Amino acid sequence: MNQSLVTIANHSREKIEYLIRMAKEFEEHPNRLLLQGRVVATLFFEPSTRTRLSFETAANRLGARVIGFADPKVTSGTKGETLKDTIMMVSNYADVIVMRHHLEGAALYASEISPVPIINAGDGANQHPSQTMLDLYTIYQTQGTLDNLNIYLVGDLKYGRTVHSLLTAMRHFNPTFHFIAPDELAMPETYKQYCRQHGIRYVEHQDFDADVIAGADILYMTRVQRERFTDLMEYERVKDRYLLKLDMLSKARDNMRILHPLPRVNEIEYAIDDDPHAYYFQQARNGLFARQALICDALGITLEQVKEDKTIIQTLPPHSL
Amino acid sequence: MSSYSTSQVQTAPSLKGRAGGESGSVPERNLIVSALDHGTVIDHIPCDRLFEVINLLHLQEMTSKVTIGFNLKSSKMGTKSIIKIADRFFTDEELNQLSIVAPNVTLAVIRDYEVVEKKQVCLPDDLHALVRCNNPKCITNNEPMRTLFHVVDKQAGTIRCHYCNHEQEIQKVKLV
Repeated sequence: MNQSLVTIANHSREKIEYLIRMAKEFEEHPNRLLLQGRVVATLFFEPSTRTRLSFETAANRLGARVIGFADPKVTSGTKGETLKDTIMMVSNYADVIVMRHHLEGAALYASEISPVPIINAGDGANQHPSQTMLDLYTIYQTQGTLDNLNIYLVGDLKYGRTVHSLLTAMRHFNPTFHFIAPDELAMPETYKQYCRQHGIRYVEHQDFDADVIAGADILYMTRVQRERFTDLMEYERVKDRYLLKLDMLSKARDNMRILHPLPRVNEIEYAIDDDPHAYYFQQARNGLFARQALICDALGITLEQVKEDKTIIQTLPPHSL
Repeated sequence: MSSYSTSQVQTAPSLKGRAGGESGSVPERNLIVSALDHGTVIDHIPCDRLFEVINLLHLQEMTSKVTIGFNLKSSKMGTKSIIKIADRFFTDEELNQLSIVAPNVTLAVIRDYEVVEKKQVCLPDDLHALVRCNNPKCITNNEPMRTLFHVVDKQAGTIRCHYCNHEQEIQKVKLV
């Protein structure tokens, strides 16, 4: 079995902490030649510019070369080629395959047939482990720990893949979750059951105001999408109730940070961008370091090797990474 | 000769002890099926599941004698179906597939006209290439590949797709 990354749902606490330590190494020194001579393929059967740029930057800053496609229209998939054939073909060229697919389970299937490791960059509504990894890294980075935190999840908790993955991955760290969502987009019963089975405390809130936010260490915002509603009247009624405004942060803890998987539409008021609690752009930046760690881990490069790496490039000004 | 299968099919005795009905005398208007000296009897199949059972065991590909009784009277079930397969013994794995469509069938293994073993089927831990995923966005419905399900809750009959993680109830599954 190769070291594919399909999901982090089954990762142990130790493995998550290990990957966080590796990501931290890359945050300190993101530019290296650690992957010189390697080829990373990025196969985006479904377009996702943000995720693709992040993975490709991660590979490029480690000295790898990148092949792939950003848009499935240009591939043989439109001629009827199976996923298996595409994977088998590309695995002849690349050392690791980063893939995004609109079908659920595509990454797991690819990992079963591929001779080279697969990194899941999102498979439909199923899994998106690199997003979860960067969320975990960001939480660790801002709080100094993953243990015993109050994590508030706001917005679309029904379809939001990122909040489900985050909830599952945090089970090792004794969190308390707070769910804030309109009824139509409430946290599904299966995940509440998951919480009960794993001893994760959770609280559901009707209101979203300064008093509720006062208890948060992490405020994780998501987009409430119009197309999720069967009843558009209901959408009109609730859409503004889950917008975060600057005055709602009046009682927030100093350590509280606002995260968002991006893209945002209007759920975080722009005035908040300059507030010290805002952290979503740094969070996106962390995606680079998390993905550098995930690519290296898939290629069998250990934390020790990263620490002892002599290929660090020191020439760039600090601000530009 | 008394055996499980010389008796007329409708009153085939339940699978207790020595296989056999009343020796010899068979009421006239009943269907007579020749004795099964070696083979397998699958009894108490719900009539609406008979053809799925046939498909699951690939009986249409068999060359030995297969006797199928359909819409027979049953005191337990009202009507039932029964299949007798000569000279063929199935593995537990093959038989346990039946639990998906007919969890309450009874099985008898016949050797030399005797019931040497009685069995019930039980739901296996994994279902390989048997069930179709009901999630249209699952990779298994869009790629030429085998499906795989894990049984999450045997009591409730809940199964989970290995690939997309969607759960479904075993009573409602479609076979591949």
